[in-house]
Amino acid sequence: MTSNSLVYLIALPLFGAAVLLLSGRRSDRWGHIFGTLMSAGSFAVGVSLFLKMLGNPTGERALTQKLFSWISVGSFQVDAGLLADQLSICFVLLITGVGTLIHVYSIAYMSHDLDRRRFFAYLNFFIAAMLLLVLGDSYLNLYVGWEGVGLASYLLIGFWNQKPTYATAAKKAFVANRVGDMGLSLAIMIAFATLGTVSFQGVKEHASQASTGSLTAIGIMLLVAATGKSAQFPLQAWLGDAMAGPTPVSALIHAATMVTAGVYLITRSNFIFDLAPTAQLAVAIIGAITLLFGAIIGMAKDDIKKALAASTMSQIGYMVLGAGLGPAGYAFAIMHLLTHGFFKAGMFLGAGSVMHGMNDEVNMRRYGGLRKFMPITFATFGLGYLAIIGVPPFAGFYSKDKIIEVAFNAGGVKGIALGTAALLGAMITAFYMTRVVILTFAGSKRWDDKAHPHESPFLMWAPMVLLALGSVASGFFFTHGNSLRNWLAPVVEATPSHEGELLSPAVVSILALVLVAIGVGYAIIKYLLNEVPQVAPADVTVFTKAARKDLLQDNFNEAVFMRPGQSLTRGLQVADTKLIDGAVHGIARLAIGSGNLLRKTQTGFVRSYAMWILAGAIALVATIWVVTL
Amino acid sequence: MNPANYLYVSALLFTIGAIGVVVRRNAIVVFMCVELMLNACNLAFVTFARINGNLDGQVVAFFTMVVAACEVVVGLAIIVTIYRSRRSASVDDASLLKR
Repeated sequence: MTSNSLVYLIALPLFGAAVLLLSGRRSDRWGHIFGTLMSAGSFAVGVSLFLKMLGNPTGERALTQKLFSWISVGSFQVDAGLLADQLSICFVLLITGVGTLIHVYSIAYMSHDLDRRRFFAYLNFFIAAMLLLVLGDSYLNLYVGWEGVGLASYLLIGFWNQKPTYATAAKKAFVANRVGDMGLSLAIMIAFATLGTVSFQGVKEHASQASTGSLTAIGIMLLVAATGKSAQFPLQAWLGDAMAGPTPVSALIHAATMVTAGVYLITRSNFIFDLAPTAQLAVAIIGAITLLFGAIIGMAKDDIKKALAASTMSQIGYMVLGAGLGPAGYAFAIMHLLTHGFFKAGMFLGAGSVMHGMNDEVNMRRYGGLRKFMPITFATFGLGYLAIIGVPPFAGFYSKDKIIEVAFNAGGVKGIALGTAALLGAMITAFYMTRVVILTFAGSKRWDDKAHPHESPFLMWAPMVLLALGSVASGFFFTHGNSLRNWLAPVVEATPSHEGELLSPAVVSILALVLVAIGVGYAIIKYLLNEVPQVAPADVTVFTKAARKDLLQDNFNEAVFMRPGQSLTRGLQVADTKLIDGAVHGIARLAIGSGNLLRKTQTGFVRSYAMWILAGAIALVATIWVVTL
Repeated sequence: MNPANYLYVSALLFTIGAIGVVVRRNAIVVFMCVELMLNACNLAFVTFARINGNLDGQVVAFFTMVVAACEVVVGLAIIVTIYRSRRSASVDDASLLKR
C-alpha cells in the first residue's frame, strides 16, 4: 500500500534542523522548543501510521512511498523510496518516541549551554537521518541515512569541541565508523554486481539465484558495517570515547538508536543471511564475543557513562547474537533492541541527572549514598537496572532470556558455546550493573563538600519516569501472546528452530536467575559490605588493568593499524619527495645543464658564428657527397 | 671551352670569400668577401644554365644581384653607423649583446 505521509516523518525533523541551523542566533530563544515540537510531530505521524498499519490485514501492512526517481541508467533504476513495514515501524516509534523524550530532557539538561540551539539542530538532524536509515526501501537509501547518522554522531560527540580530547573522541568514532561504512558500500557493490539490484525487495527475490559464495561475501561485508556502527568486536573501541558527548546524546545515539542500526541491517538482510550460513555463524560469534567483551570492560570502569557504554556494547552483542541465530532469533533480537532502548536510555538519562546534581562528576567512586538526595533518579535508574539484569517481570527478563534460550537451542557445539557465553554474560551484567547502582546510590557518601546533590527539574525526570515505565512493561507487552513475534513475522519469517530443544524455557530462566543472583551477591559483598576507596586501587590483577584499558583494544589498534599506517604514510611521503619530485626536478636540471652547455657556443663574435655556418655547410656537403658516392 | 672550368673558378672564388669572412676582422673586408661569395654563386648558376641549356640559372642570378644590391645598401649603412659611433670597423668589437 502506498501512503503519502511517510515523507513527513523525515521532513519534519529535517526541516527543524534546517531552520535552527540557518536562522542562527535569532532562534536561540525558541529553538529548543521548535526542535522538540518537530520531533514530537514526527512521533505523532509515526503513531498514526502505526495505527493505520494495525487496521490493515497482516499481509498488506507494509506502506510504501516513492519520492522521486534517483538514479536511472539504462535498465538500472533506483528510486528514492520509503518503506514502512512491520520492522521499520518498530524503529520509527523507538527513534521518534525516545528521541522526543530526550529532546524534552535536553531542554533542561542543556539549559546553561550557550549553544543549546545548535545542539537541538543536530539532534533533529540525527532523528531525520536515523529515520531515513530505517525507512529507506533499498540499500542505497539506507546508506544515505547510515552516513547521515555517522555525521550526526560525529557532530554531537564533538559538541564540546573546545576540549581537544572530546574533538579527538569524535574523530575516533568517525574513523571507526568509516571502516564499517566501507563494508556497507562493498556489500552494496557486490549485491549490485551479482544480483543487479540494490532494493530490499529485489535482493530478496533474486537472492536464491546467487551463489552461496557471493551471498557469504555480502553477508560478511554487512557484518563489517554492523560492527562499525554498532560498536561490535573488533571495531568497538570508539564507543567508550564517544561518551565525551553530552549525556542526552549518549542516551539517544550511543544507547537507544544509532548503535542498534547494525542489528537493523542484519535483521533487514535476513534473506541474505538465511542463505549464507557461514556469514550467519560469523554474526553469532561476533555477537557472543562482544557481549563478553563489553561486560568484562564494564566491570572495571569507574566512569559511570563509560560503564554504561560498555554495557551498551555488551547488550548489542546480545542483539547481534540473536540476529545471528537466524529466523528463530530475529524477533528476539528486535525485542531486546526495543526493551534495551527503554532501559538503557533511561539509565543514561539517570546518569545525566546524577552528573547534573554532582557538578558533572562522572567518577562513581566520588558518588555514594545518592538515593536520599535523588529519589526519582534512583527509582527510575533502579527500574532500568532490574530490567537490564533480567529480573522478572521487567523487560530484560523476557528479551534476554529468550536470546539465551534460542542460543542454546541452536544445536550442537555451536548452541552450547553461544548459550554458555550468553549465560556468562548475564552473570557479569548482573555484577557490573549492581556495582554501578551500589557505587552511585548506596553506601556512604564519598563526595567532597563542594558538591550539592539535588534532584533534577521536572523536565528531566519526567522523561526518565516514562522510560522507566517502558522498562517495566515493554517486555511483558511484547511477549504477551507472542505479539512482537507475530507482528514481525511477515518481514523476518519467524520459524521456530527445528533442532530439538536442548533446554526448556523454564530451565534457562532458572539458570539465568541463579547466575544473576550470584553476580548481584558478589557485587553486594564487594562494594556494599566493604569500604569503597575513593581512588581506584592500583594493586589489581593484570586482568583488571586490561579491562580498565578497554581490554587493550586501543593498544592493539595502535600497534597493528595506526603505527604501520603511519609508517606507510611516511614511506609514501619519502617516495613522493624523492622519486616523483626527484624525476620532475631531474628533468628540469637536465634542461638547465644542457642549456648552460649550449650557451658557451654563443660567443657574440660574428666570425665564430660564420665559422659554425661554414662548418655546417661543409659537413652537409660532405654528407651528401658520401651518400651519393 | 669546358664549362667545368667556370665551376672551378666559382669554387675557388667562394672558398676565398668564405676564408675571408672567417679570417678578416675589418667589417668592410668581411662585407666584400660576402659579395665575393655571392658572385661565386652567380657564376655557378650561370654556368649551370649554360650546361643545361635553359634560363633558370640566369633568372636566379638576376635575383641574387638584386638581393646583393639591397644588402649592400643596408649593410654599408650599418657599418658606417657603427664606425661613426665606435671609431672602429672591427667585427670582433661589435659583440655588445654578449658582454
